[in-house]
Formats: sequence, structure tokens, C-alpha cells
Amino acid sequence: MKIKFTVQDPCQLVRKSFGDPVAEDLRYTVKAVVGEENFIDMQPNRSNNYCCGGGGGFLQSGLPDARRGYGKFKFDQIIKTGATYCITPCHNCHAQVHDIGEHYEGKYETLHLWTLICLSMGILGPNEREYLGEDLKEVLVFHPESAM
Amino acid sequence: MSSETIKFKGLKQSIFKDKVMEILPDGGNLNLCLTCGACSSGCPATGLADMDPRKFLRMASLGMDEEILNSEWAWMCTMCTRCVYLCPMKIDIPGLVFNVRRSWPKDKQPKGIRGSCEVAQKNDTCSAMGTPEEDFQFVVEDVLEEYQEAQPEFRKMQAPLNKEGAMYFLNQNSREPVTEPDEMVPLWKILHSVGADWTYGTKGWAAENYCLFCADLEGWEHIVRVKAKAVDDLGCKYWLNTE
Ligand code: SF4
Ligand code: SF4
Repeated sequence: MKIKFTVQDPCQLVRKSFGDPVAEDLRYTVKAVVGEENFIDMQPNRSNNYCCGGGGGFLQSGLPDARRGYGKFKFDQIIKTGATYCITPCHNCHAQVHDIGEHYEGKYETLHLWTLICLSMGILGPNEREYLGEDLKEVLVFHPESAM
Repeated sequence: MSSETIKFKGLKQSIFKDKVMEILPDGGNLNLCLTCGACSSGCPATGLADMDPRKFLRMASLGMDEEILNSEWAWMCTMCTRCVYLCPMKIDIPGLVFNVRRSWPKDKQPKGIRGSCEVAQKNDTCSAMGTPEEDFQFVVEDVLEEYQEAQPEFRKMQAPLNKEGAMYFLNQNSREPVTEPDEMVPLWKILHSVGADWTYGTKGWAAENYCLFCADLEGWEHIVRVKAKAVDDLGCKYWLNTE
């Protein structure tokens, strides 16, 4: 389908906890799921990646303009990859990357890793597709009759 | 980059920075700055509130305590540590920011963060949304049953609660059970498919800990201890936090 995917390295998981080895594990998983040729890294990445701007409580700080100003770095990084999906293996990153995507009107979707893994295994039901874009919404739907 | 010149009001003891240096390992290297600017040039918070990390550190060094303690920038730095990663002297600017946050009176701290920190301490679930044990249990059981019926291949799938001796104790961000419960299911499916021996706990299940963000050390410790106890009480070997 030639859909491109990029991945956000969560600061908390990568730079602040397990470093580049876990960033490699993450890429191994993502590439296994989407296919090596459909994966593109944002720049910079791994331990050198920018924070999404949702960290440190920024999402709950009541400073949305500053938060989105910070997030513009992340938005530009994602847009430059040309990917239509940004995979965010952190809850906070997911909320922020999703929000800046809508705010700056970027043409990308924000995905939890679990969604993608289940999609690739053919076990993603119709009600578990909130964050898939139109291109993947109807692909390999598990038990479509259970749509709510 | 901010353009305004820092106005230095004469020699003053750098009280706040010295206090922070007593707390941070190796004093956070706060006295070693070469003013190279690597931190600021690679920081997305540069320019917000007319501040950047180098300037913040310089102001602390010059004893401009009032200015740094009152700047909202302390809440705009995400403490992501990218500057530390880039800094030739490994200066712990986020450590400084953390301690600035800590010095803010509780009632002046951002309400969203402060409120979540407080709510989480009222309940053994540690949920920042205040979700009690029985609500979490109800949602998990209800959703599980629904999927067992609708997708018969997963009839045997479990989402165990308080399963003693399970290998993994799994935390869950409050947002899923409260606002989008279907999003819990893909993770359950993966765990089921690989045959993982896991459990949720009705106590200590919530992944978030906002007390960390408002640098409320007592609250933070309280929450960590409640969760760790929940893991220990069930005799689980690993504690997985998906936050
Ligand atoms: S990168 Fe380090 S040495 Fe350079 S200005 Fe920033 S804190 Fe100072
Ligand atoms: S920790 Fe703060 S100052 Fe350092 S790079 Fe991250 S946001 Fe900037």
C-alpha cells in the first residue's frame, strides 16, 4: 500500500531510561510490523530525539500556546519524513503528537504501537480503530459484524 | 533565541542555585557552564516566555532568584534532558528546573498538574482521574466479556485482576478505562497471543504520577509506595508501567 510510518522515541523510555538499545528494539518491532521499506526515521532520532512537548506535565499545565509552540519542532520533524503515520509508544507522546497534528493541520495520524501490532496480526476489530486513517480503517477488519 | 539583555543588579549571593547544588548529584555540575549555547540551540523550549536553558542557568548563577523562581518557563521546559545529553559539561538544567518547580507554592502551581497529584493520593488506585477500585474492575470485566463474545477466537482471553503470583503486574493509564475502554483490548490481545502471565491490580493500577511533575516529593513517594506495595502484595515478579 506504500504507506510510510515514522516513530517517536519517547524521552522517558529512550534518553531517560534505556537509551539507544531500546530505540533499536522499537525499530525492530516497527519494521517487523510495517516492513522495512515502509519505515522512515525522523531526524534527529533515538537518544537525540526532541521531546514531543507533552512531557513534564506540559499537557496538563494550562499553557496550550507554549506547549504547541514547543510541539512545532516535533510537528516539523514528522512532516519532513513525509510519513502518514507517527507511531507513539508513550501515552503522553500520543496525546501531544495527535494534538499538534490537528492544531497545525498536518496530514498524519497518530498511532499506539498496540494498534499496529494487532492490525498486522489480523486481530484488530472494528471498534479498536479510532486512530487509524481512512487508508487503513477498512483493512483486515477482524469480526466486522461486531462494529458498534 | 531571546534578545533582551539580562540586567545584572550587582553582586549577590546565589542562594537558590547553591541550595539546588546541595541536592543534585555532583551539584548538577551547575558551576561548570562554558556558555557555549549547545543546550539552547537544541531545545524546543528556547524562546518561550523569553527564556532558554542557558539564560535560565546564567540567571540562576547571577543570583537572579526572583526572576527564575517566578518565570513560567519552569513549566515549559519538559525536563526532557536533551540539553544534558548535548552539554559538554553534562549540566543538569532539568534538575534545576525541577527544584524551581518545587519552590512554587502549591496553590500557584498549574492547577491541572497539582489537582491530578492530589486526586491520585486520595485513592489506593492512584488514579489521577479519581477512578475507584470498583469502577476499574467493572470496566475491565465488562469490556472483556463483550470481546470474548464478539470475537470467539478470544473467548479464552483474560484480563486478570489481582491474580496472585503473576509474572507481570501491568499498569494502565486512567484515560483508557475512563474515556476509551476499547483501546485496552489490543494490548490484552497481544499479551494473550504470546501467553504472558500478567495481571492488573485493583489497587495501584493507574500508571500516571503527576506529583513528579509538580516536584511534590512526598506525594510522589506516596504514590510509588502504594503501587509498589500492590505489586508486592500480589507477589508479582515484574512491574510494567506503560506510561
Ligand atoms: S550546553 Fe552546557 S556548557 Fe553549553 S551553555 Fe548549555 S549548560 Fe552551558
Ligand atoms: S530539559 Fe528543558 S531545557 Fe533541557 S532540552 Fe529539555 S526542555 Fe530544553
